[in-house]
Amino acid sequence: MTEPLLELRGVNKSFGVVHVLHDVDFAVYPGQVTALVGDNGAGKSTLVKVIAGIYGRDNGDFLFDGAPVNVHGPRDVAGLGVEVVYQDLALCDNLDIVQNMFLGRELRHGPVLDEITMETQARETLTSLSVRTVKSVRQPVASLSGGQRQTVAIAKAVLWNSRVVLLDEPTAALGVAQTRQVLDLVRRLADRGLGVVLISHNMNDVFEVADRITALYLGRVAADVHVEEVSHNQVVELITAGRSGDLGLQNTASATI
Amino acid sequence: MTVDSDSMPTLADGEFQADTQQSGSLGDAVSAYLNRLRGGDMGSLPAILGLVVLFVVFSSLHDNFLTTYNMANLVIQSASICVLAMGLIFVLLLGEIDLSAGVAGGASATITALMLLDYDWTWWMATLAGIAVGAVIGLAIGLLVSLLGIPSFVVTLAFFLALQAVPLKLIGSGGSLRFNNEVLRGLSIKNVPVTAGWIAAVVIVLGFAALSLLRYRSQVAKGLVHQPLSLVIIKIVAMAVVILGITALLSQNRAPNPEIFTIEGIPWVAPVVIVLLLWWTFVLTRTRFGRHLYAVGGNAEAARRAGINVTGMKVAAFVICSSMAAISGLLAASYTGKVSPGSGGGNELLYAVGAAVIGGTSLFGGRGRAINGVIGGLVIATIPNGLGLLNQASYINFLVTGGVLLLAASVDAISRRRRTSSGV
Repeated sequence: MTEPLLELRGVNKSFGVVHVLHDVDFAVYPGQVTALVGDNGAGKSTLVKVIAGIYGRDNGDFLFDGAPVNVHGPRDVAGLGVEVVYQDLALCDNLDIVQNMFLGRELRHGPVLDEITMETQARETLTSLSVRTVKSVRQPVASLSGGQRQTVAIAKAVLWNSRVVLLDEPTAALGVAQTRQVLDLVRRLADRGLGVVLISHNMNDVFEVADRITALYLGRVAADVHVEEVSHNQVVELITAGRSGDLGLQNTASATI
Repeated sequence: MTVDSDSMPTLADGEFQADTQQSGSLGDAVSAYLNRLRGGDMGSLPAILGLVVLFVVFSSLHDNFLTTYNMANLVIQSASICVLAMGLIFVLLLGEIDLSAGVAGGASATITALMLLDYDWTWWMATLAGIAVGAVIGLAIGLLVSLLGIPSFVVTLAFFLALQAVPLKLIGSGGSLRFNNEVLRGLSIKNVPVTAGWIAAVVIVLGFAALSLLRYRSQVAKGLVHQPLSLVIIKIVAMAVVILGITALLSQNRAPNPEIFTIEGIPWVAPVVIVLLLWWTFVLTRTRFGRHLYAVGGNAEAARRAGINVTGMKVAAFVICSSMAAISGLLAASYTGKVSPGSGGGNELLYAVGAAVIGGTSLFGGRGRAINGVIGGLVIATIPNGLGLLNQASYINFLVTGGVLLLAASVDAISRRRRTSSGV
């Protein structure tokens, strides 16, 4: 087994009296898609925001490349090469694909934008991800379909040589064909050696692309398993009841928020 | 497990061809433009149509409208509106509004005039003082809008009312300050020597042609998206015709009595407007600041997540707007030769908003270019110019101004709706 790229150990997080995350262990491996599943309120979003550095941790360790790191905000995490693609895509409709992919990190020659290098790199990134669905890298994002926009948002994360990409419900609003495109892209990201975290409610998507599944139940990790070891139904039970046969939390009755 | 990205199966160039094909033929470019029009992205087209309509109407109603003398007048009259509109574009890009820009210009011009008259400052120090007043006003507005979160409509309405007190207090009710500094007044009443005007015009045309062709060449060399060569050449030729045509027109002797006087050459205000236009076009299209401005106007949340300082961008936009308003106020004072308590408090602001919007800037943010202010400014300035020739009662002026503003906003709203539905 390879070393985890990013690892959380024994993380707790409370908001006032509400204890949201209980001793959560979570690991992201290079070249693998880790699916993070759980019912509404299980703590998925909180965990993602802790990883992204938006929320601090009450206690627990944050390890990157096997070494503990101090992260104090989103910039520290981004500096490690961790990118989060949020569900409400952070794209500007009035800018084109290149401009969006380089937003906030534009390349320059002195004070002048270096459009030539930016366009070349954007095209190289899209090509290396085998993205063939966009007509032109200079078309405004407003003219793209949902799947294409998701593609651009993901490609933006890849462009910056990220090592870990967290995708929050990337297929939630997409049709069948577009979901196909995005899932293919997710798989290709992992094949490039990135650690990918896929947050999803859709079991078909999870079983299709994930290598590992981490199930959260009421803020606890109910199971962290290889996808071959579990069935569709077992995962659903883990999500809804926190246990499934020998798997999962053995004492769910005492699990409280 | 790690796969080197170099060993990834990458696509041959041919497989991404749909991308570079955009450079296709002139026909493709024309049909792409028509598609954009149909989709509601009209750019400056309403302004150009408006200009044609106004020219046809006024020239048929009054013989003197199309004389070179009046055309030069039109250039001088439009200068302050163009500059004010260019400044407003920065706040409009963010989806904000600055109702106080007109009176900020009046207040700034008052300070400049006082410095010239009472303190004997040189013209450029007095000008800088006026622009500094504008910048401070913009800073105050920007901080109130971005830090306290008061809607810009309310903040600038308050400034619109309060700033009118400045010239009234400093000048006194019913009075006015002379604005007869040789240089500043000369902007409106003196002309660039004909030879120098021609040289400048040719330099601008050649510069534009060289930049366009160099850009085209490097885009082709690197395999980037580019326009067809024929379109690039058509744009250069059109630009040359407009600039050289206007230069030729203004280089004629346009004095009412050509035997006695000689009035010829480009009025000095035109180079002022052109330099500002080139500078702000550069800032908006070629710098990181400009890119971030569009990003904040398009999706402030996305801009914030991309690490852009949204608060800072808002403050900067208001500072630029009010500083440009100060320059506009100086040009207006230069034209009338005086500053009075009412300067900037009349139709100026609504004219400028109308100019920006008719020129193609959206009131909803994220869309607009510096050239919009100049083209729109020419359209709007034609209205009082033509109505003035016709000796119409001033109530007509108000009616027409209101109507134009409403029309411009309607065009903007309709084109925005079409854009949303067609996704252009």
